[in-house]
Amino acid sequence: MANFTKLSFKKGELNRELADFFKSMIEKGAVHALLAPMTQPEKGVMQTLVTDPSNIENIDPFAPVVPVNGAKIASSVTATPSGRKIAMVLRSCEVRALVELVKLKQANLDDVLLIGIDCFGRYENLDFFKFQEQGKTSEDFLENAAAGNTQNNDFDISAACKICEFPVPDNVDLRLCVIGTGSDAVYIESLTPKGDKALEILGLSTGDSPGSRDSEVEKLTKKRTEARDKAFAEYRESTNSIQALEKRLAGCINCYNCRVACPVCYCKECVFVTDTFRHNGDQYMGWADNSGTLKMPTDTTFYHLTRMSHMSLFCVGCGQCTSACPNSIDLMPVFRTVAQKTQGRFDYQAGRAFDEEQPLAVFNSDELVEVTGQVK
Amino acid sequence: MSEFEPKIVGFFCNWCTFTAADLAGTSRLSYPPNIKIIRMMCSGMVDPKYVIKAFLNGADGVLIGGCWPGDCHYINGNLKARRRVAMLTEILKQYGIDEQRFWLRWIAASEGTMLQELANEMTAKLKQLGPGPLNKEKTAG
Repeated sequence: MANFTKLSFKKGELNRELADFFKSMIEKGAVHALLAPMTQPEKGVMQTLVTDPSNIENIDPFAPVVPVNGAKIASSVTATPSGRKIAMVLRSCEVRALVELVKLKQANLDDVLLIGIDCFGRYENLDFFKFQEQGKTSEDFLENAAAGNTQNNDFDISAACKICEFPVPDNVDLRLCVIGTGSDAVYIESLTPKGDKALEILGLSTGDSPGSRDSEVEKLTKKRTEARDKAFAEYRESTNSIQALEKRLAGCINCYNCRVACPVCYCKECVFVTDTFRHNGDQYMGWADNSGTLKMPTDTTFYHLTRMSHMSLFCVGCGQCTSACPNSIDLMPVFRTVAQKTQGRFDYQAGRAFDEEQPLAVFNSDELVEVTGQVK
Repeated sequence: MSEFEPKIVGFFCNWCTFTAADLAGTSRLSYPPNIKIIRMMCSGMVDPKYVIKAFLNGADGVLIGGCWPGDCHYINGNLKARRRVAMLTEILKQYGIDEQRFWLRWIAASEGTMLQELANEMTAKLKQLGPGPLNKEKTAG
């Protein structure tokens, strides 16, 4: 496939080259706005919505941090479309979550040029601050990660990223490739007519794919998949009862951060903050009477199991739930292992395709006969 | 110690299974009192939360009764229930709640005898499996 445009950069100038690329995208009218990770004036890197191209110089899409899953931000910007064309720079986990939100009609890609980036993983938010304070750059990270080393002193990429088998984003118009491209070039790959058109407006010609890309991607995917299977097997064995789950969730204080951080927790109002779960004093007393004791806050395990029944079919394994927990409960495997089973039951994979119907949105009269085992 | 008597929470559709239970009653068919029936307007109205809550509060089994495919009073509520049950079974299995404790069955309004048989069958099965993982009474020694 000859759909690659090479963007060479000198050491230390990756972000400047990318800034020029995105600047011309707005200046030449391919899009009106850009949503991409940018260095913030004080510290950190956050998704930033830019309409004036002169502000693009702070762009840093490969910064190894994802403070918020970008699918949520894409949903905020597009659920009620502005009518203006926008380019969005997202990672695989963000794109896959976004695919699910599009199906739920909580995001709309009609005016969006979706740009995915190759991803070696992200640091936890606080670790990324340390990374920045040490004066490290995204280029440093990419160079080390390409050599298989993501460890930085006392921290490494998040546990979710270590077992993420999707380093390369699909379902995008353009892809910024850094895996197997060498340390002095980014390749821009066009995957759709929308992407072709954008490159045409920018006056960029396309050529062949970087030589070792496919094998490098395959190698990384294989390594991650093996790590995933190992982690899942360990989790399933150690957490195979409600009691074991309760032990794992022991620190839960019903803050609901995990569902706020979750890109595919789709309810506009969570049932756990409605009157359904606002009980009277005598109700609590009654429950306490049952066995003489009642752990407060109540319904923590109930909450997580209910959340599984809502979002596990759409879970993309981004790990934001773990990152958001104030009590360091490692929630990612709790949801991901179940997600693998529930999605598998319907041969579904969250974020795989726009035209794959969400399992609970369709039904047939002659399917799943094994559930009841009854035939008339 | 007396024999273990499982507690089964039954969510029965108003139009079919609940009516079948009524028919069993008026026909004087006796079935085990282990099933505590909750009347729903449709098997499709059984929120997974209800099932999770029942198990967390110590139920030994949960039975959802709905209309046969094609007979749903609301056209397809039972088909939605079936997909939901398939999904929820996968979740419960991971956390040690055996799928043999969570049943979805189609029982038409005229099938009082079948309801009796089903109640017998499920009660016997749960007696064999023993108390549910969260049953705090654990009456079977």
